[in-house]
Amino acid sequence: MRLEVQVNGGPVARDIEPQELLLDFLRDQLGLTGAKRSCDVQACGACTVLVDGRPVSSCCFLAADAEGREVLTVEGLAERTGFERLEDAFTRHAALQCGFCTPGMLLTVDALLKTGELTSAEEVKRSLAGNLCRCTGYRGILEAVCELAGVTT
Amino acid sequence: MNRVEEVQVGAGAVGRSVPRRDADEKLRGKAQFAGDILVPRMLHGKVLRSPHPHARITSIDTRAAEKMPGVVCVLTAADLADLDPYWGHAIRDRPIVAIDRVRFAGEPVAAVAAENEATAGAALERIVVDYEELSVVGTIEQALAPGAPIVNEGPLRPGLFHGLGELAPAEGNVCYGYRIDRGEIEAVFAHADFVVEGEYDFPAVYQYAMETHTVVAQVEEREITLWASCQHPFLVRAEIAALFQVPISDVRVVVPYLGGGFGSKSYTKMEPIAVALARKAGRPVRIQNRVAESMVTTRCHGMHCHMRTALNREGRLLGREVECWFDTGAYADNGPRVTATAGDAAPGPYRWAAYRVDAACVYTNTAPAGSYRAFGATHLQWIGELQVDELARRAGLDPLEVRRMNLCTPGEELRAGGKPLDADLIGDVERVAEAVGWGTDKPKGTGRGLAVGLLAAGAHPVSSAIVRMEADGNAVVLVGTTEVGQGARTVLAQIAAEELRLPVERVTVRGTDTRFTPYDRSTGASRSTTLAGLAVKRAAEQVRQQLTEIAGPEDVESDSYPELFVRHFGLAGGELIGRGEVAPEGSGSYAEGPVFWEVCVGAAEVAIDEDTGRVRVVKTATVADVGRAINPQLVERQDEGGTLQGLGNALYEEMVYEDGLLMNETLLDYRVPTFEDLPEEMHCIIVENGDGPGPYGAKGCGEGSLAAVTAAVATAVADAGVPMTELPLTPERVWRRIQDLKEEGLWPR
Repeated sequence: MRLEVQVNGGPVARDIEPQELLLDFLRDQLGLTGAKRSCDVQACGACTVLVDGRPVSSCCFLAADAEGREVLTVEGLAERTGFERLEDAFTRHAALQCGFCTPGMLLTVDALLKTGELTSAEEVKRSLAGNLCRCTGYRGILEAVCELAGVTT
Repeated sequence: MNRVEEVQVGAGAVGRSVPRRDADEKLRGKAQFAGDILVPRMLHGKVLRSPHPHARITSIDTRAAEKMPGVVCVLTAADLADLDPYWGHAIRDRPIVAIDRVRFAGEPVAAVAAENEATAGAALERIVVDYEELSVVGTIEQALAPGAPIVNEGPLRPGLFHGLGELAPAEGNVCYGYRIDRGEIEAVFAHADFVVEGEYDFPAVYQYAMETHTVVAQVEEREITLWASCQHPFLVRAEIAALFQVPISDVRVVVPYLGGGFGSKSYTKMEPIAVALARKAGRPVRIQNRVAESMVTTRCHGMHCHMRTALNREGRLLGREVECWFDTGAYADNGPRVTATAGDAAPGPYRWAAYRVDAACVYTNTAPAGSYRAFGATHLQWIGELQVDELARRAGLDPLEVRRMNLCTPGEELRAGGKPLDADLIGDVERVAEAVGWGTDKPKGTGRGLAVGLLAAGAHPVSSAIVRMEADGNAVVLVGTTEVGQGARTVLAQIAAEELRLPVERVTVRGTDTRFTPYDRSTGASRSTTLAGLAVKRAAEQVRQQLTEIAGPEDVESDSYPELFVRHFGLAGGELIGRGEVAPEGSGSYAEGPVFWEVCVGAAEVAIDEDTGRVRVVKTATVADVGRAINPQLVERQDEGGTLQGLGNALYEEMVYEDGLLMNETLLDYRVPTFEDLPEEMHCIIVENGDGPGPYGAKGCGEGSLAAVTAAVATAVADAGVPMTELPLTPERVWRRIQDLKEEGLWPR
């Protein structure tokens, strides 16, 4: 079947299999390898991308369901104005180690910052509980995100 | 040995929290991991795994799979007839694919190479395997029972890197035993005022590196190339060379960024089957495990332990006796080393009149078990520290005071013939006690616990590095340490920058490619900063030495390096090369080790909900006793990561096996800590006494916090009145224990 979709601000049209997952479409067809495969069951958040501005687990999201919609991956996020703020905060707080969870984490954070939901450190923890990180112990990420959201840690 | 105060020269790169050198690549999604690499003509491999924990293979029919469009080949044991197809760095017990018999559910039986992953996956379902099920040895108890089926018959063949001296023959399902003995243990217990004794269980745990094991293998006429998510590329190289009967130099291992390791990617894992499949296919093949597959590729050992500890009325610890059995699964993996390291950790860092430790590594029909951060220490520390606390309670003494009285002090011998203590443990435990408010009032249902332990760290001390300075005055470090998230590329750049008096931005540390990168034994055992760091320092010193020789009497700063190249080479070219090496001193035997004792000191405060049994960790404190922090922020982040993993080990994580079958093989059923598990207070205290054998007095860190926090949570829960003998401390277990205590009239305390 044919898929027409906006990816990182540009139109993309490709033939896909009906059962093709958005994660595989992005990684294998478009070479956008920033989204990572880990748990396959929507528990870890490493494959998170934004569809129409909302975080989805692309390992459990059919590529066909992105038809006509706007998909943002970390590669696209990194080109957007304002990304430097995220980059600066995550770098200064050493909010990453192996970096495997980082793209999904950043996209989730970006979406949450835009909705203004991050009103306290508790809210940050609750909102990010669907993005696992096995390396950092979360504190660096918490500090970076609280700073970005303007709330105290 | 370098002392801290001697290091005040250079560009000041050392001792500063410079930003991670890989942050930009990783934040922008540009960092390449093994699964992101595309090799021309690459195929996709999938592995057919046994559904049975123990069975005879009576037939395999691959014809239907081979006929499928897009399938290139199917690998079975029949393709390995020209090889001695058994591997294993400790014990060479594991076939590349099962030969006639499967010994665990998940064991590779066949593999398919196809044009895409979906086709490879579909082809697996067309392979017909007939099994005749055999009786299952599912637990340590079953494996040790008289007349138990033998999981691996035949003599034990030592692997290339067992490092354990002469291997004794297997006794039943016990493939390795480790014993340490000191003093007259029976006499000590006969005269003790207080003795605590118990049986304890530690769960099998999944390391969960978020990147699963991933390998791309290519087999050419004169070179086997692997792009692999492996922590120890040089050991993988040697093992692949031996297995496929080629010179070591004909195997090339390239390691991009690793998506976490924690020991799960140490030694050889999926590389042999990937090479065998690529060899048959005649094209490169990528095998990328799914989580359920990585869970049965390697894990942390489950353990059963019997321990007793004795104390006298004055508060002197007298003796300890330990028997422990490690479930290493169907193949040894790193089980023998885990068992030995656990044996060394078992007495704990106290001044004993006598101790005896008997540790055994046991085969069962479960997935192989190997390394997980702080292995051995994590297994034993919580038990030993629970007993120290219980003895203190019975003697009416403060647990902190008992530790002050009995902990070894710097320079004291810990194990016969081994390295004496190189850390101030009393100072360390006082710091963490203070951080969690030790001795202050506690609310009802709250407990506080301390934990002190040591971990033999450094593995075998062989590392080398090359520093190349180009005519523009910038430097590249070639070093075999893999960047697994710990920040090695940043820290090693800082060390080179310090010696070369360069801004750290002008030093680059690239990933390992064994074709070009000099030998480093491994990335694990907290060894990289200490050993690879020392090699990098020595290599950089050589380059700096050459620069000063060219400059003559004048003092040179980095701005003038390009001019020195012109002066020396007569053109704006040439290259200055420095080589640094670290090799064992003395006999080099492991028995003289360890390279250093990694400190595992922590404290915790917990709150227990009596009605649900839920344990909430309110505060934690850990010590990074690092000698010298090259990058303090990265040290803290290491300990924070270890803290959360320790919290998971203590409260949540457990691979549940029933009759040899793993019951919780997804991240939905296997719970790891999330953001919401962050303690309200998490103190990571850096201690710099300049007492490490590494550069500038540094020694490694990052593992001790896992063992320490696991233990401190257990001792804190006991302090709240609920002594537990089995991890993890699930709400159900804690609630049931509270009901038992109520019946015995011991709750509330």
